[in-house]
Amino acid sequence: MLIDLVTRRIVPVIVLGLLMVLLGASRASAQFEFSGSWAPIGTEDVQNDSLPVDYLGLALTDEGRTRALAYDESQKSMMERQCQGWGAAYGVLGPFGLVASAQTDPATNRVVSYTIDSWEDWNGLTIWMDGRPRPSQYALHTQAGFTTGRWEGGALAARTTHIKAGGFIRKTGVPLTDQATIDWRFYRHGDVITVLMIASDPVILVEPEIVSKSFRLSPRPLDYRTPCVPGYEGREPGDGVPHFAPGQNPFADEFMKFYSLPREAVLGYPETLYPEYRKKIRATYVPPPPCKEACGQAGNFVRRREN
Amino acid sequence: MTRAIASLVLLLAASANAQTPSARDAAPIDLTGYWVSYVTENWRYRMVTPPKGEYRRIPASPAALPLINGWDPVADEKAGNQCKSFGAAAIMNVPGRLHITWQDANTLRIDTDAGTQTRRLRFGAAPATAKPQPSSWQGESSAQWEPTSGTEGGSSLRVVTSNLRAGYLRKNGVPYSERASVTEHFDLAPLPQGGQLLLVNIVVDDPVYLNAPYVTSPHFKKEPDGSKWDPTPCSSTW
Repeated sequence: MLIDLVTRRIVPVIVLGLLMVLLGASRASAQFEFSGSWAPIGTEDVQNDSLPVDYLGLALTDEGRTRALAYDESQKSMMERQCQGWGAAYGVLGPFGLVASAQTDPATNRVVSYTIDSWEDWNGLTIWMDGRPRPSQYALHTQAGFTTGRWEGGALAARTTHIKAGGFIRKTGVPLTDQATIDWRFYRHGDVITVLMIASDPVILVEPEIVSKSFRLSPRPLDYRTPCVPGYEGREPGDGVPHFAPGQNPFADEFMKFYSLPREAVLGYPETLYPEYRKKIRATYVPPPPCKEACGQAGNFVRRREN
Repeated sequence: MTRAIASLVLLLAASANAQTPSARDAAPIDLTGYWVSYVTENWRYRMVTPPKGEYRRIPASPAALPLINGWDPVADEKAGNQCKSFGAAAIMNVPGRLHITWQDANTLRIDTDAGTQTRRLRFGAAPATAKPQPSSWQGESSAQWEPTSGTEGGSSLRVVTSNLRAGYLRKNGVPYSERASVTEHFDLAPLPQGGQLLLVNIVVDDPVYLNAPYVTSPHFKKEPDGSKWDPTPCSSTW
């Protein structure tokens, strides 16, 4: 009886414990390889950037919605804003892949930081892995922000703060303020990395914006490093900043009508992100007519205005 | 010291006769509980039925196009195929709630209130004597805990599902065939303001109706209880 108890109950627990200790020890030096070129897979719609007022999938505050509706895309034609970039979140919201590399301390060979290369309109991301403290809250805030990372539960976890006000969570004009933080997790399963981005901003967002996007390890190196060169795009230096006064955005209904979508969903009301909302609109939703052009994979982006 | 090593050797030898811990006992992460879809991406393809004929972002093969353009939800309903968009290749993207429980020590069960579907994720090899099962909306799922790397030793649940009845990837009739297979990874993440997030990375392979793998990654927030659980039957039209 005693022997049976030991072999059937106690021994497996001890063996399991020993295995876990051994496994844990081996993992301590075996974080996944993050460096490399990761190509976008492109089968998820996380970008929503083709028609101006498309806030689907966002939980906006009233202030966030008002600011977004005031945005005019022509701002990006201003000479001084053409190379401003889109802020840290665009790394996962944008259409490109990730080119990641590790920087090591030559004396210890430990990873000091990971960097994800910039694109023409994105400033890249540096993830400090050396445990350095976060700068003062009064330190310089930039489009890229300041990011520290650590290995946690098999994922590379990171947090970005010190984001400059005026970055965007949606290219259609939804901004982030300098109070925003972005939490990142990078999971690797085989040749696929899935990036989970959780953006919080008490001014703009009622609930965090959560986006996950997958990338596949590319057999050939990718390189998106194109310098941004500003040029004349119809806005003279000294011109005013293009914007729409409250209630005057001429595109407020465009996306909504194009796809027969409910107004509160297009305008980013928080309740539209939960299953209850789907039941609420069931009786009133009128489906749009059948798709006639750019219906397939090649037409990955929603139709742009033709003017 | 020598006695301690000898004791350890004896213990290890005895363990050879011991039972392997069940999947439930060995679970490195706890997926059980109620989870709600948080639809922040692919909203237009999930929360409403997209236009007939639209299959943006799905690498559909030429063989799929006649089916996409011929989608007839009323005919599906009449034929008793109203669950075609609630199969294993699509169900995690359907807005709703999950209730994840251990059905037994080696079977993790996922119930969905949307479409009232049940998935059984079975750990360990199927018995050699098991009879082949007919294909079904949720197919047969084999599961394993997959160690991931990291200083704290994380882990993920990997699930491979096959033996599916042909169904739809989206409500508007973008098809997958009976030869499709679905590979999923279930990962957990903390939310900054507290709470937990379940991230499911889904790769659908289909040699018939897809030119390339179709990858999505829906996520779910954990709920404290089942008070919002609201079972609704499958529907072809909504």
